[in-house]
Formats: sequence, structure tokens, C-alpha cells
Amino acid sequence: MNENWFDAMKQSWKKGLAFFVFAGVIFFAGLFLDNYFYQQQLTFIGIFTLLAVGLNMLMGYAGQISLGHAAFYGIGAYTTGALTVHLGWSPWASLPCALAASGIIAYIVGKPTLKLSGYYLGMGTLGFGMIMHVLFREWGSITGGPNGLVGIPSLSLWGIDLSTGRNYLWVVWGCVLITFFICDRLVNSRVGRALRAIHFSEQAASAVGVDTAKAKLQVFVFSAIIAALAGFLYAHLVMFISPGSFNFLVSVKLVAMVVIGGMASIWGALLGSTLLTMLPEWLHAFSDYEMVIYGGILMGVMIFLPQGLTRGVLDIYEKFRIERKQPAKD
Amino acid sequence: MMQELLQYLFGGITNGAIYAVIALGFSTLYSATDLINFAQGEFVMLGALLLVTLWLNLGLPLPLAFVLVVLAVGLAGIIFERLAIRTVSKPDPIVLVIITVGASIFLRGLGMVGWGRDPLAIPSFFKLDSIEIAGAYLLPQSLFIVITVTILVAALTFFYKKTLTGKAMSACAINKKAASLLGIGTERMTLMAFALATGLGAVAGVMIAPITMATYDMGSMLGLKGFCAAMLGGLGSLWGALIGGLLLGIAEALGVGFVSSGLKDAIAFLLLLLILYIRPTGILGAKSSHRF
Amino acid sequence: MKNSGSNENSLLRIENASISFGGVKAVRDVSFEVQKGAIQALIGPNGAGKTTLFNLITGVFPLDSGHIYFQGQDAAKRKNFQRVSMGIARTFQNVELFTGMTVLENVMVGQHVRTKTGFLGAIARLPKSRREEAEIREKAMHWLKFVGLDHAADSRAGDLAFGWQRSVEIARALASEPQLLLLDEPAAGLNANETGQLGDLMRQIRDLGVTLLLVEHDMSLTMEISDRIVVLDQGAKLSEGAPREVQADEKVIAAYLGT
Repeated sequence: MNENWFDAMKQSWKKGLAFFVFAGVIFFAGLFLDNYFYQQQLTFIGIFTLLAVGLNMLMGYAGQISLGHAAFYGIGAYTTGALTVHLGWSPWASLPCALAASGIIAYIVGKPTLKLSGYYLGMGTLGFGMIMHVLFREWGSITGGPNGLVGIPSLSLWGIDLSTGRNYLWVVWGCVLITFFICDRLVNSRVGRALRAIHFSEQAASAVGVDTAKAKLQVFVFSAIIAALAGFLYAHLVMFISPGSFNFLVSVKLVAMVVIGGMASIWGALLGSTLLTMLPEWLHAFSDYEMVIYGGILMGVMIFLPQGLTRGVLDIYEKFRIERKQPAKD
Repeated sequence: MMQELLQYLFGGITNGAIYAVIALGFSTLYSATDLINFAQGEFVMLGALLLVTLWLNLGLPLPLAFVLVVLAVGLAGIIFERLAIRTVSKPDPIVLVIITVGASIFLRGLGMVGWGRDPLAIPSFFKLDSIEIAGAYLLPQSLFIVITVTILVAALTFFYKKTLTGKAMSACAINKKAASLLGIGTERMTLMAFALATGLGAVAGVMIAPITMATYDMGSMLGLKGFCAAMLGGLGSLWGALIGGLLLGIAEALGVGFVSSGLKDAIAFLLLLLILYIRPTGILGAKSSHRF
Repeated sequence: MKNSGSNENSLLRIENASISFGGVKAVRDVSFEVQKGAIQALIGPNGAGKTTLFNLITGVFPLDSGHIYFQGQDAAKRKNFQRVSMGIARTFQNVELFTGMTVLENVMVGQHVRTKTGFLGAIARLPKSRREEAEIREKAMHWLKFVGLDHAADSRAGDLAFGWQRSVEIARALASEPQLLLLDEPAAGLNANETGQLGDLMRQIRDLGVTLLLVEHDMSLTMEISDRIVVLDQGAKLSEGAPREVQADEKVIAAYLGT
């Protein structure tokens, strides 16, 4: 028992250190990175990390696929966009509305949709994403239609302009850090265990008393709220939103981030979103091949490393280490 | 008013027949393998684009080009199954969904790299005038599509009910293990189902190309609507695919005509969500998830 | 209360339970009782409806007709996860573990209905939740020790040998602090030695005050351990009584010999 306690302490100490180092890296990155382009790039990575972490809670931990997650991202962005542009609200007043709108819609949509599983859940969420995309495009009086919504204000707080590259980077990554913290606590709790249990066997989970419908709905709403937060941050960063930023391809990109980083890994989401945001920069003239590469990566990872890059590489390393430890057993 | 309604109906039936062919592809694959290929629509796109190359660019005679396109796309389906489906180490639905979604993005990208971003126009197959019925015009191409679809459904029904291979394929769907114990090569059946499903996709692509033009991104929407049609009629049912396709096409046409054209794409998905919630087995689907 | 006329000692009472699937009557008009503190077995040839009956008791399927009373309460109205909090736990014929989670975590999930921390509580992690979490861990270790697997606590459940997986499943079920434990063919796939240990384990569980209802094909184990046996055949109850009585029942012999 004592040893267990010691291990647990060591574990939580390690985790604390990881968070601390992570926070430090963000802080200094913001401090020393002067190039506006890189600041912006890093900020985008942060926004996609938020989306990926939220989706990972749903896909990686609870095992429920969503091919329409860009819809919640869009709901967050358009809610704050419409409230600030049309009604002149302060962004800080529209933030809770954006999160609530996304959460409520997730609840209403999730209730019937999450009864589906496998392919049907995939199609159901995809259909929802498509409908929302049509709505963003067609509901011109609110969303600005296909041309988008212009004039979204930037963020400022207590007289500090948050829209500079450096400050916004800190804002976004601060949100990421908090979300990581929350997700980590969730995963290692009674609720998180129940979610993972659903992933491995829904039948057994309900046989030990987990209200699986409720648990799935909760995590769906949770991930929708995080996506809305990302949408809020995105809208006030670029100050212009259009339906193209929330279409099916974006939903697929989010799934790809989760899959590549590794399902059921909070840090994997960071890796996945970093890789997929940076990839266009690394590959010259990427734009024409963007889809070929995304598609290829998705297929390749799922075929060869269904656990994702982080897990997959760790597994290979682990195997290698064990083989080295027990040389030539036979 | 009457005339307008009729015009919408004609348009709806034409589109609906296309959805029906794509739905047939979904159903064929599903009945043999229990799999739903999210990239089905991209094979439709490949069909349309290949027709441009073979018929317009290379100047092959249309019937020959048609046959070659279908064969080529069927082959692509076989390659897809070999490379991306059979190699999967962990065939969970969630993994297969992601792989086929990945394939759809991949193929769309290939289409764009190979044929460019601009829509390519394809002339009508028939140098005939539109047929006038009660003031509304019916394109000869539409008539061709509807006739072809009906023939396809009848032929596939015959194939499943009367031929040995067809029966073996249905057997695989019901119980893979039992089928292989009976000496049916389930791997070969899966391969055939892929070829058949993607080939059907190509047929849809060839037929719709003169109406909508051919582009790299035409497939995803068509694929999704085809799936919607398959679900409406009952996944796995052949005549259900036809009915589902026509229903969807007509619903869309009326929605576009009387409400708003922007809503066209939303109609299919609203119907899809409705059917998923209320009667996931579709109109003609059996009560259980299998056809028999 | 609808439990008029029933014995004080009755824990589970099934009255005229029926269910059919696509026209096939899987369970027909079955009635029996399980007494508190008993080890009762449900036997019958393949396809007799034993597992279906388990699924009816645990609420996987709704009854077509009939009643299920648990401690005098109408259980049929409750959903499957609610029946766990009433005190009904089960294991599965093919062992359904959360394979990618550790053995300890599997048993921790077992305490789901006896613990409270919710979504917000998990995020806030107040002292109350921390205490609960520590208790969950401690109790899970306790149940692992009980089935003799505390040494494997940190292994991935899916990596264990089959016999051990079965023990984990039993520990997980016990962690929900049930009054009634349903074991679906607990001895299937075990060797003679393991089967002997299983018998001991079941007696220990009974001594904790947990009533056991098991479906089992291993007749020597069943006859040795059970206080009472219900025999099903083709969805209907064929016979019921003490092991000796059932063994002597000609109807039972006929059903098993297939005449």
C-alpha cells in the first residue's frame, strides 16, 4: 500500500513537472518569438490543439466518432461573431453565450445521435456537420452568408490589448493549458474511467452500472463546449469568419489530428495538431497536394499504427527494449 | 403551377435515379461485407473524370469509353480493398470509418491534381431535343438514366437470387465464418463486392457528368446523398435503394423549387438524421440489421 | 407493494417471465425464486434460455410479459444500470473486461454505482472527491486480494490469462457491493484445478452474504456447490429442487439425453 502511495506521488509529481515545463515553454516562446508570422502560427496550433483535445475526449476516451465537429467550432465562432457584430456586444459577454449555444445544441443533437454506433454514428454526425455548414452559408442575415462575417472586434481586457501576436498567443495557450489540466483530471477520475470503460465494452459498462447514454452525452457536450471556445478564440483572432473554415474537410482534419497524435492521449492531441498545422509550411507548394497527403496520412496511420504515432512509437520502443533485455531467448 | 411542379419532378427523378445507383453501390458492399465505404462518392467522381479523359480527350467511342471507365474504377476499388482494407490490423468500425474517410480525401486530392480544379463540361450523350410533356421538358439523358437504373436493379436482383456467386455473396454477409466453412472464399467475395460497388459508382459518375459537369469535389456530396438514399430505402435492399433514391431526389427538387435552392443539401441530411433516429432499417429494410 | 404472499427470505422472484425474438419464444412463462444467502444454479441444454433469462434479470432486454421482483421491488421497471445499484451484479459468458485498462481500473469501474464524483466534481477535485478516489482504489485492491490477483493490479486486463480475466470480472462485479451475483458459466474454459478454486471462491462470496445465481455446464461443480437447482429446457422451466431431486427427475434425464 505504502509503495503504491509512493508511486502515486511520484506519478503526480512527474505530471506536475510536465505541466510546469509546458507552461514555461509557452511563456518563453511568447517572450522570445518576435516574428509575427511564427507567433500567429503558434496561436493557430493552440486553437487546433484545443479542438483536438476536446474531440479526443469523445473519440479517444469514450470511443465515439464525430465527423461533424467543425460544426461546434463554427457555432462558437458565429455566435460570438453575430453577437459582437450585429448587436455590438462585448466579446466577454458573448463568450458564455457561445459556449452555452454550442453545449445546448450538442445536448439536443447528441441525445438521439449518440444512440447510434459505428458507421451510423459517423454518418449521423457528418450529416449534422453538413446541415450546420449549410446554415452558416445560407442564413445570410446572421452569418453573412458565403462571403462571411466581417468586423469582429479583437479582444482586450482591462485596457490591455490582447490582439498583439504575443498576447494572443498567451491567451490561447493559457486556454490550452487549462483545458489540458481539466481533461487530465477528468480522465483519471470516476467519470473518465467510466468513459474509457464504454470504449472497451459498452455492454459491460452498463452491466457494472454506468449510465452509458448519459456519460456519452456529457462528454459530447463537453467536447462541443471546448470546440466553441476554440471557435471564439479563432473569430476574435482573425476578425473575419466564413463557412469554409467550418466545413467537412475541417472536421476530417480534426479527426486526423486526434488519430495521428494517438487516441486516448492528451499530449498526442498536441502533437497531432502541431504536425497538421505545420505540414503545409514544411512542404512547399503543398496546397495542391494537401488532400492527398491528409488522406494518405489518415489511411497510413490507421492501417499501421491504429494507436496513433505517440502510442505506436512507444510500443515499438517498448518491444525493442524488452528484446534487448532478454537477448536471444530461444 | 402544374407545369412547374412537373418540371421539378422530372429534375428530381433524374437526380434521384443517380442517387439510387450510388445507393446500390453502398448496399452491395454492405450486404457482402457489413462495411460502409465513406469513399463511395469519390469513385463516382473518378468515373466522371475518367469519362472526360477517355471520351473527350482520347476520342474513344462513347460505349467503349463507358465500359472502360467502369472497369477501371472497379479495378481501383479492388486496389483500394487490397491496400487499405485488408491490411487493417484492427478492423473496428471506427478505424474503418477513418480509413475510408481518409481514402475519400485522398482520392479527391488525386482528382484535383490530375484533372485540375475547374469543372469540366461533358456534352449530352444524345443529340436529341428535349421531350415536351404537358409543358415541362424532359432531357433524353434523364430518360436514359432512369432506364439504366431500373435495368441495374433488376440485373442485381437476378444476380443475388439466381446465380451461385450472388448467393454466395449474400451468404458471406449473413455469416462469414459459416460461409467459409462451406468453402466460399470470403476474401474473394469481399473483393468482388468492392469491385461491384465501385463499378456502380462509376456508372453513376458517367451518367451524371453531362448534367452536372465533372469536378474533383463532386463526389463527396453525391456519396453522402447516395448513402442517405440507401438508408431511406433500407441499407442492403436493392429495390429500397431505388425507392430511397427517387424519394430523396424528388424531396430535394421540391425543396429547391418551393423553398430555397440553398437548402438543397440540408434536405438530404435532415432526412438522413430523421431516418437514423426513427427507423434505422429504412423503408424496405428488414427488422433485423440483415436482409434475410 | 406487490410482494404480497411472498416469503420473507426471497431475494429475487421471477413470475411468468416471457420473451420472444422474431417469433421464437426464448423464455416461456418461467417462474422461480432465489432465497437470500443461497447458491442457486440454472441448468439446461444449449438454447434452453439460461443466458436470456440472465439478460432479463439484469435488464439487457425488457420482458414481454411477467414480473421480476428484487427485494420486493419491481425490478422490471428499472434500466439495466439502475438494477446494478439495486444490488444485482453479473459476469458474462465470454468475459467482458475493459481490455485496455489495468486490472485495478477494471475493478475501480465496478464501484461506479456506489460512488458519486461527477463531471464537475472530477474537475474540481475537492477533498471529498480525493477521499472518494482513495477509497475506490483501496476497495478495488481489497477485492483483487479477495480473488487473489492483487499482484496483477497494474497489468493490462487484456494481457491476463483467461482464468485470471474471469477472476477480475468477478472482482469487478463484487466491487458494486451486490446482494445478488449472477455468474454466467464461470467454469467454462477453466481446468480442473482452477474449477476447484472457483468453487472455493463462490463459497467465500456466499459467506460474505452475497447470494449467487449461476448458469453452469460443469455438472459436478454445480451439484456439489448449489443449494437449489432450476432446470430449463427450450425456454420453459422443466424442474426445480435440491440437486439430488433434480438429478433423479426423469424429465431432466430425458431432456439431457435428448429423448
